[in-house]
Amino acid sequence: MEPRLLMGNEACVEGALAAGVRFYAGYPITPSNEIGELMARRLPRLGGKFIQMEDEIGSMAAIIGASIAGLKAMTATSGPGFSLMQENIGFAAMAEAPCVVVNVMRGGPSTGLPTLPSQGDVQQARWGTHGDHPMIALTPSSVREAFDLTVKAVNFSEKYRTPVVLLMDEVIGHLREKVVLPQPESIEIIDRAKPTCPPEWYRPFEDNKTGVPLMASFGDGYRYHITGLTHDEMGFPTTKPDEVDAAINRLFKKIRQGFAEIMLYETFLIEDATLVLVAYGSVARTAKSVVLHLRQNGKKAGLLKLSTLWPFPRRAIESLPVTVRELYVPEMNMGQVYREVNRVNQGRRKVRKINKVDGELITPQEILRAIA
Amino acid sequence: MAYHTIDVYQYLRHEKKFPLIWCAGCGNGIVLGSIIRAVHALGLSKDEVVMVSGIGCSGRTSTYVDFNTLHTTHGRALAFATGVKFARPELTVLVVMGDGDALAIGGNHFIHAARRNIDLTAFIYNNSIYGMTGGQVSPTTPLGKIATTAPFGNIEQSFDIMRLAEAAGASFAARGTVFDTEKLDELAEQAIQKKGFSVLEILSPCPTIYGRHNRLGSAVDMLRHLEEDTVPLDEVERVADAVRSGKIPTGIFVDITRPEFCESYEGIVKKAQAPPKA
Repeated sequence: MEPRLLMGNEACVEGALAAGVRFYAGYPITPSNEIGELMARRLPRLGGKFIQMEDEIGSMAAIIGASIAGLKAMTATSGPGFSLMQENIGFAAMAEAPCVVVNVMRGGPSTGLPTLPSQGDVQQARWGTHGDHPMIALTPSSVREAFDLTVKAVNFSEKYRTPVVLLMDEVIGHLREKVVLPQPESIEIIDRAKPTCPPEWYRPFEDNKTGVPLMASFGDGYRYHITGLTHDEMGFPTTKPDEVDAAINRLFKKIRQGFAEIMLYETFLIEDATLVLVAYGSVARTAKSVVLHLRQNGKKAGLLKLSTLWPFPRRAIESLPVTVRELYVPEMNMGQVYREVNRVNQGRRKVRKINKVDGELITPQEILRAIA
Repeated sequence: MAYHTIDVYQYLRHEKKFPLIWCAGCGNGIVLGSIIRAVHALGLSKDEVVMVSGIGCSGRTSTYVDFNTLHTTHGRALAFATGVKFARPELTVLVVMGDGDALAIGGNHFIHAARRNIDLTAFIYNNSIYGMTGGQVSPTTPLGKIATTAPFGNIEQSFDIMRLAEAAGASFAARGTVFDTEKLDELAEQAIQKKGFSVLEILSPCPTIYGRHNRLGSAVDMLRHLEEDTVPLDEVERVADAVRSGKIPTGIFVDITRPEFCESYEGIVKKAQAPPKA
């Protein structure tokens, strides 16, 4: 493929379309707007559907409806819109409707800093909607990775029948880089598993080896019921303790069984490291330059870059070499991933946080100062 | 009517979930009957019908019918239905909501679905109260009426759903009652058949909650009130006086032709896919 100059938001659209997304519903909000605008141009050409809804609540509802009718569906937003989507994200988790929610993070809380970067929605992505539910959230740190992780997000949503959140910070969303996108035929694309049995045999929420029930689209001849109420394997509301317990536990089981492929991370110079920076998003780029600088000055530093934030990739922390004595977690929030690193670390190593919430990037100098 | 009853059974889910959760004397089951008879009269196959419902007593309607059924979140049924219909325009999408569901928490989706004129049929069960949660005041509770959250009488104006639908741009808007079921069957049929956004408001009694708080008598009394307190629009010679004296008009308020959203979008697809001009 020819090299292209692309913005992170644009690469996200390219990734979504490559993965087969053919339905987009959204509501304008900075700094995610390029995603909706590009979808409005690109989708009709591909015979896909674009709709600007009256708000983010409706956007989330519409993509779930489209997903149930058989299309791969996505929306994009930023903090305030992400807050509005939470109830229906929970519906998608409960009804097991595959869909992708892109949140180009800006400074918060509330209206906050509409055009400035932040990583303040990490914990909201996990726990934003009420009730116990599993969640998958991915976060890119380059334009190419925005493409790749959007493809993965769509694939995971289809494979596990679950909403998947793509968290980009504003820096990555608006960053322009030269990228070479992969050949379309080299991209792995996963479609939801559909029933092939006669309709009268279909049990829409029945457990199987994968924990992911087969999903029929509305209109395919498998008439069934979908509800946000806790339901039995036929999809009907239930309050029987054994059925409720089985339904909720299966939601967790299906994601747990996929941990190995869902938890994505990369390591850089950690083999002999004594100090490791744990970073994600645009901050991982800063952290990498810090590692190189420290190495030049004789300090054995390494980088653990997280691409999956939820489920939190605990084995990335657990499998660090025994030489590692210190972990530093720089992030553009008050310590949302630091909490997780600390939890998984269980006191084995020293964990320090480096936080910045003024709407500016974290610079290498700031990380160096914090480490010194 | 006997053959109608037999027809209704083949559209219900037999395996589970009966008896209905609705109270004795509730009008919801009568509305359900009308919707089914309309679907039957139009000769729609069960596979091509989608019923989307919101939250509340009306929201449970979708559980009982053998269509593709989607029971959504409170107020959002129309937004979910927009996704289903737009993704698969060949399906007939029926949306079932209560008055609080459609007009309070879902008011924004209601006016925008009408403005967009997407081919959905919205059935609004109007019982003037939040029944499932125990009797709180709703956007259609009349002035002065009693609710658990208006214990001294409601001081807020109620919505006129017909005028709201018309102003927002609906293609079809009609009001019926569960007293006059033959008329309701006809209206349901017309509403489903109409291309574009259709609204059918159904006045339906809630004797258990609304009736008791407001001392409106038994379920039968409340049905009788529906007859006495309404006036059909087609009785032209008495409708003006009757409305002036406080009666509620019933019948078809809007029936116009406007471009439908999914069809208009097909035009966009053609435009986008046209080869660039040399």
